[in-house]
Amino acid sequence: MTQILNKESFEEAIKKLAEKIREEQTDLNNIAFIGIHTRGVHLSNRLAKIFKNSGVNVQQGILDINLYRDDLSQSSDKPILKETKITFDVSGKIIYLIDDVLYTGRTVRAAMDAVFDLGRPQAVHLVVMAKRSGRELPIDTNLCAITIDTKQDDSVAVRFEETDNVDEISLFGKGEQI
Amino acid sequence: MKFTRKNILGIADLSREEIEGILETALMFSEVNTRAIKKVPTLRGRTVINVFFENSTRTRTSFELAGKRLSADVVNFTSSSSALSKGESLLDTAKNLAAMQPDILVCRHSCAGASHILARYLQSTSVINAGDGSHEHPSQALLDMMTVLKVRKKVDGLRVAIVGDISHSRVARSNIYCFQKMGASVSVVGPASMMPSAIKDLGVDVHYNLKQGIEGADIIMMLRIQMERIKQSPFPSLREYSRYFGLNLETIKTLKKDALIMHPGPVNRGVEIDPGIADGPYSVILDQVTNGVAVRMALLYLLSNAQSMNL
Amino acid sequence: MMKTLIKNGQLIDPQNNISGLFDVLLIDDKIEAVAPQGTLVVSDTKEIDARGLVVCPGFVDLHCHLREPGFEYKETISSGTASAVAGGFTSVCCMANTHPVNDNATVTAFIQKQVRETGYCHVYPIGAITKELKGEALANIAELNDAGCIAISDDGNTVQNARLMKIALDYARSFGLPITTHSLEINLANNGHMNASIMSTKLGLKGLPNVAEDIIIARDIMLAEQSGAHLHVGHVSTAIGITLVQEAKERGAKITCEVTPHHFSLTDEALVGYNTNFKMYPPLRTRKDIDALKTAFKNGVVDAIATDHAPHGIIDKELEFDRAAFGIIGFETALPLSLNLVREGVITLEEMVGLLTVKPANVFNLSGGTLSQGRFADIVLFDQNASWTFDEGKIYSKSKNSPFLGTELRGRVIKTLVKGRLVYDVSSGVL
Repeated sequence: MTQILNKESFEEAIKKLAEKIREEQTDLNNIAFIGIHTRGVHLSNRLAKIFKNSGVNVQQGILDINLYRDDLSQSSDKPILKETKITFDVSGKIIYLIDDVLYTGRTVRAAMDAVFDLGRPQAVHLVVMAKRSGRELPIDTNLCAITIDTKQDDSVAVRFEETDNVDEISLFGKGEQI
Repeated sequence: MKFTRKNILGIADLSREEIEGILETALMFSEVNTRAIKKVPTLRGRTVINVFFENSTRTRTSFELAGKRLSADVVNFTSSSSALSKGESLLDTAKNLAAMQPDILVCRHSCAGASHILARYLQSTSVINAGDGSHEHPSQALLDMMTVLKVRKKVDGLRVAIVGDISHSRVARSNIYCFQKMGASVSVVGPASMMPSAIKDLGVDVHYNLKQGIEGADIIMMLRIQMERIKQSPFPSLREYSRYFGLNLETIKTLKKDALIMHPGPVNRGVEIDPGIADGPYSVILDQVTNGVAVRMALLYLLSNAQSMNL
Repeated sequence: MMKTLIKNGQLIDPQNNISGLFDVLLIDDKIEAVAPQGTLVVSDTKEIDARGLVVCPGFVDLHCHLREPGFEYKETISSGTASAVAGGFTSVCCMANTHPVNDNATVTAFIQKQVRETGYCHVYPIGAITKELKGEALANIAELNDAGCIAISDDGNTVQNARLMKIALDYARSFGLPITTHSLEINLANNGHMNASIMSTKLGLKGLPNVAEDIIIARDIMLAEQSGAHLHVGHVSTAIGITLVQEAKERGAKITCEVTPHHFSLTDEALVGYNTNFKMYPPLRTRKDIDALKTAFKNGVVDAIATDHAPHGIIDKELEFDRAAFGIIGFETALPLSLNLVREGVITLEEMVGLLTVKPANVFNLSGGTLSQGRFADIVLFDQNASWTFDEGKIYSKSKNSPFLGTELRGRVIKTLVKGRLVYDVSSGVL
């Protein structure tokens, strides 16, 4: 196991992400965060808190992408749905989809489908903590805290205090216990 | 929770954990049903056949809507349009349907056990029992449970009174099992001529007097008097039944303030329930209907998942 | 002249109070002699070694359905009697619910002709009580008696009208003809499909309450006692029903009764899963009823173990439970199930043999069921302990509707002889 970000650098990275979003957008009143279950929601909350401290209230939503998966046939491990809660109208909004890791791109594809079922956003952006190798779809983002070169059998774990009792990003090689 | 069942044939088969898992999933589908676009792509390419050997517009519509909101292809096969009237047996029909390779069959039949027989013969198709004779109607009990849970959060310790023709009621049987498994105590209320053999052995209290039966109850479930299923009537007249076992404005005065009145529908207004009560403050009858779609979406979703797992 | 010696077996002949190591000599189609093992010294005999086997009179079944004429897709006299001999039965009494109904001498004669030409064992037809079993007008009972019917019965179409039943008992009595019944009050039966119990409540199936049987047993006993007729109560399945029979017997009434192997072997709990091979008439009852039947066996109240062999084809059985026909095949499983009563200590082996041979023969005055000299050489050899699995491939009946499919059974018929001829051998089948 290799620790890539520790508690301090983790927090620093989130601040930088918030900064990037702020630089990108002129109309901060029209943006909304949608966190993808489970750790995307934590990141979304952290970012919203940073914005709030600087006087900007960003609308937040929660998304479970299970109903939009392209692999129902392999999703056996989590048949139970989690909450989807998006109380604002997504139409015309600049949506930031927020997740912990960008890997194959399939989760993001599902999340975009889910958002478009709710309305027509003005734009959709993607924010992640870690971007690893292994894309299977033409999906990418610059809004990431760290880019990790990985082999196919590697695993990337993004951990949040909220559910994992620690803030860190770690890389696990083949066969290593996560 | 791992949900690995091939079929949903009755509540008697399910564990409390499974019931809770289904209801948790159904609650998530409630959200989809409040959207402007009430459709998700989850079951795209899957085929659901509603095989209704007995008419039921309401249950069939609910299953149809559930399937369609999950993007499944839903086909309805009703007895009037089927070959049954031409002397084809249930199994012939089943084998023909199976040859069309549906993923899920939703079956309503006037004979108890019909869904079990289908499930036994259809190796690669899931079967949902949408009511079999006087046996079970599991999706009804689940939607009733969901309705109660939305209001009361917890079912443990609640007291449920089921009133009416227990003998012929599949809704009663499924609800007795469901409420008991979730920790409630159940009473059945009606004249002894409407009680099935050895009903006490199901662990219910039996009352032959309405007022005593519903006293202190948190949930009062009124069953529909099904004249069509009763050849020799177990009571003298609708008027007398209604007077002694129907819920009227007088009897509801004795109810607990937060009691819920339920009915699986369609309501015979003025027979088992006073017209004013069905629309009154205690009634959650229409919530039951709304929740029915979410529960059936959950069943279709979970069975599809389980199929994939068992591949 | 053909001589056969069956030797070294454990011979049981309740009629002659024999149980032990005896040999039996047959000459042509008759019993010639029974004597202690090794004492019969005869030349030119064919020998059958029965070492380790029970040798006893061929079984007598008072209640079966051979379906011919009219329902040959379910069973024929040929296939039915083949099934009978495979189960050790050498005499069977067939019910009148054929098509046309055996309510006249022509049908009786047809059955007898088919038996002569295609049958493997003795068949005694039972005539109808009422024309076409409709329960309206008496059949020509004297004519049926003359034609060779050994009893009359409307079986599953219980005569509902008490006055008609009274007349039938009185009339039959004039000719010394017993009446055998299926006890079911049709209104109380309420189109039920299984026993009325917690199981029918759980399965949501309409129940046939015990009282629907009891009330007719009580009625018929009263009518028979008043008339003096011989009433044979068919397949008693309830605790109260068997008690009613016992009480009538204690009063000295001319009442006999039979019990089927399935009614003392299975309870209504077997219906979980809605397997229609467990659907029968009367229905499978509860443990309490089985216990009462066993007590009755112990006390000698039961006169016969009868099969109620009722073959049905797939089109009658592979249906919704409500729509499936009542009845199961029974010849080929009767012995191992009856042996269970012996193993459980309810009755002795000798008593069991009696209940399958001489006692039923006496009920309808049949000549079989004994190894007395001069009687037809109807003999069965069975292995009390042989374990085998009862599966479809082994069934000789044309129909396969048995609740015991796939079940491991203990006790097996090894050879059956009818009139001295070997008609069944476990290794080569029905001959």
